[in-house]
Amino acid sequence: MKFSVMVNEGPYTHQASDSAYNFTRAALAAGHEIFRVFFYHDGVNNGTRMTTPPQDDRHIVNRWSELAEEHDLDLVVCVAAAQRRGIVDADEAKRHNKDGDNIASGFRISGLGQLIEAGIEADRLLVFGD
Amino acid sequence: MLHTVNKSPFATNSLQTCLGLAKSGSTLLLIEDGVYGALVGTAAAEAVVQALQEMHVYALGPDLKSRGIEKEKLIEGIEVVGYDGFVALAVANDKVQNWL
Amino acid sequence: MATTKKFMYVNRHPPYGTVYALEGLEVVLVGAAFEQDVSMAFIGDGVFQLKKGQDTSDSDMKNFSPAYKALGDYEVNKLYVERESLNERGLGDDDLMELTWEDEDDDWSEKPSIHIISRVQLADLLEEQDVILHF
Repeated sequence: MKFSVMVNEGPYTHQASDSAYNFTRAALAAGHEIFRVFFYHDGVNNGTRMTTPPQDDRHIVNRWSELAEEHDLDLVVCVAAAQRRGIVDADEAKRHNKDGDNIASGFRISGLGQLIEAGIEADRLLVFGD
Repeated sequence: MLHTVNKSPFATNSLQTCLGLAKSGSTLLLIEDGVYGALVGTAAAEAVVQALQEMHVYALGPDLKSRGIEKEKLIEGIEVVGYDGFVALAVANDKVQNWL
Repeated sequence: MATTKKFMYVNRHPPYGTVYALEGLEVVLVGAAFEQDVSMAFIGDGVFQLKKGQDTSDSDMKNFSPAYKALGDYEVNKLYVERESLNERGLGDDDLMELTWEDEDDDWSEKPSIHIISRVQLADLLEEQDVILHF
């Protein structure tokens, strides 16, 4: 079966990103396909490489990056939500005259159409949020 | 349909609203803080006891364990599943509605 | 993408206190271009999103309530409002914005987009959907 996953909240403040990650891993372990993981609202904050969580705690951003690399996942951060919250890749930085970018490895910034497509193409769309 | 609820019934009306709209034969999975809705003997338990007459109710094991909720403290009839079970429920039900 | 799915966007948050109403509406407006069968449901405090007379001039927040009027032009004309949620909040039909759409199959006559329905009817509607997103 093909799943899409939506993550609506940022790392640590809500359990949403953890639940989404665990569901995604379990789906992959069961042999299912993950069409896309789409990050919206404060969920875009899962896509910054600038976090330094305590050493004895899970690294939420890095484990998404690692999972994406291991399974060739499509992690998409919504451009409109990212602009509001300051998640920036090199193109966005250039386009909006920012002095740096902060997007984490394995994430890409794209439009809300990617969410709709994720709903159309997958058999099930799971939403994790507040 | 698989309904998931992630909020404590003492914090928001998500569980109450979900139960008011879920049709007979649905499946409910309590996750995150929603697992507090599985506790026996609370002010919110009666609604879940009633719901069990018409639908299957599950609670996510890792979230119960994190919160120190033992299986003996769960409303009778609620089954505990892991993330593998969560995935299986999503596959088995033709659609999913995640109440936030 | 030849598939047409029934997408329902469920709104349970009021406007301004959180961003969910605004960013939820943005999904609907962008999603309208994908020619799916789209409807919106307003439950609980979500019904406050459709209250008329929103004026943010003293609070400096963006008044996005006019954007609901564009939904009809984007062929999103099934806005289901739960009657029980209105009643619990002391709201009547005339407290809501007048949202309309033009039916090209009926000589472009103007019709209301808001449909006030009961909880029982809403439960049936939810069962008919393929994709349900909560905002």
